[in-house]
Amino acid sequence: MRYFLQRIAFYLFTAFAAITLNFFIPRLVPGDPVQSLIAKYQGQISTQAIQSLYVLFGLDKKQSLWSQYIDYWKQILHGDLGLSFTFFPAPVSQVIGQALPWTVLLVGITTIVSFFLGTGLGVLAGWRRGSWTDGLLPVTTFFSSVPYFWLGIIAIYLLTGPGSFFPSSGGFDSGLVPAFDQYFIPSAIRHSLLPALTILISSVSGWILSMRNMMVTVASEDYITVAHAKGLSERRVALSYAARNALLPSVSGFALALGFIVGGTLLVEIVFSYPGLGFTLVQALGAKDYPLMQGIFLVLTISVLVANLLADVAYLLLDPRTRKEG
Amino acid sequence: MRRRFLFVRNRKAATGLVILGIYVLFAIIGPWVAPYDPSARGNDLVQGPSSAHWFGTTHLGQDIFSQILVGTRSVIYVGFLAGLIATTLSVLIGVTAGYLGGKTDDALSVLSNVILVIPAIPLMIIITSILENASDTLIALVIGLTSWSWNARVLRAQTLSLRRRDYVEASRASGEKTWRIVIFELLPNLTAVIASGFVGTVIFAVLSEITLAFIGITSNDGWNWGTVLFWAQGQQALGQHAWWWFVPAGLAIALLGTALSLINFGIDEFVSPRLRSAGTTKLKTASGGTVRMRIGFTPVLSAPREGK
Repeated sequence: MRYFLQRIAFYLFTAFAAITLNFFIPRLVPGDPVQSLIAKYQGQISTQAIQSLYVLFGLDKKQSLWSQYIDYWKQILHGDLGLSFTFFPAPVSQVIGQALPWTVLLVGITTIVSFFLGTGLGVLAGWRRGSWTDGLLPVTTFFSSVPYFWLGIIAIYLLTGPGSFFPSSGGFDSGLVPAFDQYFIPSAIRHSLLPALTILISSVSGWILSMRNMMVTVASEDYITVAHAKGLSERRVALSYAARNALLPSVSGFALALGFIVGGTLLVEIVFSYPGLGFTLVQALGAKDYPLMQGIFLVLTISVLVANLLADVAYLLLDPRTRKEG
Repeated sequence: MRRRFLFVRNRKAATGLVILGIYVLFAIIGPWVAPYDPSARGNDLVQGPSSAHWFGTTHLGQDIFSQILVGTRSVIYVGFLAGLIATTLSVLIGVTAGYLGGKTDDALSVLSNVILVIPAIPLMIIITSILENASDTLIALVIGLTSWSWNARVLRAQTLSLRRRDYVEASRASGEKTWRIVIFELLPNLTAVIASGFVGTVIFAVLSEITLAFIGITSNDGWNWGTVLFWAQGQQALGQHAWWWFVPAGLAIALLGTALSLINFGIDEFVSPRLRSAGTTKLKTASGGTVRMRIGFTPVLSAPREGK
């Protein structure tokens, strides 16, 4: 329990650090990119919205940095991330709210599938060192060196086109309205297959490799020899003894991998014009929509923190040492 | 000398080093040997590979082969500079945290863990987009400053395990200064970890630079493989079936990444020989069965089939 509380405290601190970072980045920029955007929309934005943008981007120079910071926190805690200029006059929180489920589902499902598939193959490759599974390594190395988005482009080129089962862009058929019905869901699934496959192929190799190396390391431990000596079945030794212990570094390395996968996913979304955060981000970049960019960064960071917390819970269940102190 | 010789004898590392060497060579001579000016327009628009244009041409008739060649310099420069910055930071922070311990360690560990969980690519995108037309050096700086944390964590763990070893205790007891212990006792034993961290960061930095260029937020005047892909994507190369526009850049990235990974496997296997891909592990026994060799396991070749 103490371990768990420590982790929660750490994530709260990281969230605090990320928000503070988000506060400082626009203030370090020479010039006032937001000011010019506000000027462009003069007369169309309500005074209240202008005020909120002033607080977010520190345009009110009369205030001290400290009171700007306090105001910034108040506004963030109210969920007010300013107005988006790309999707004017929608607030940033609303734009992100629409895009977030797409990204979370896409990343969430593919990451979980990729983790289990990669770990499984890694267990096999590590345990059966010297069999055909060693042939997996060069292939996976190659795929892990390819940028996600390039693989996406190739996938679009090879697998989509007129008459193909896979649509080349978008998140659902253009005639449909997002709803949980028998038309929308299959369409959404069909559109997500190719992006998901791209992310899966790119990300699975990392898990295979780390698991394989851990399995090889663990396989020479004394307790494995003892387990063999006890006459336990090969399968039992491999899974309950070796794999269980080899799994721990993979789970704790989740943090690094997840940030990397999220970054890759953003790019895959851009290539597939998938209506998630990545696609929204590139639209924001094109229009220099700073409020939206900052909002996306913040939401992504918080989502990654939550996912890490879940990985920690899994670690807690897998490693009894962390539960020792009760 | 003998140790280094052993490292190069590792087939994976040697292959990786040779490929990397070729890339570095092209990074140096690329702009001189490129057949065309990469930005010069020509009359052959969106033409496939031919003897005049090995990798075909763009929508403006630019030679893609020249763009790739010239772009190599920027990719290698940013990759290595960012790797150098990140490695220096990770050594400073990781070794200090691991060796000094106590409050310093707590503070530095929290710092590197915070940087570690904040997703790096979105952070880089935000910073670069605000910098506007950032130069290669600036990009390398941004990448280097956001990607040191994992190595710092690994180095800290390694330092922790080293600092209680007898030889470190001995030099401390004989009154060596702290900086001397760190530089002459600890660092040589961390070389492999540092080197593999460096190579890993270079891979990451190259991918990041190309990603940033691909979404079009870095400077437009230079060429790198990401810029090539950016134009290919922006000009609907897919719709025009211009595969030659994006395939070479992607393969160049993949080959460079594979070479660097191979070097890293070489380092890993050098440090921990167990990780090598084993040769044939199936042996015929005298009684005609087969035995699978495994680490920590002594097969009795005359026994019946193992595990059955």
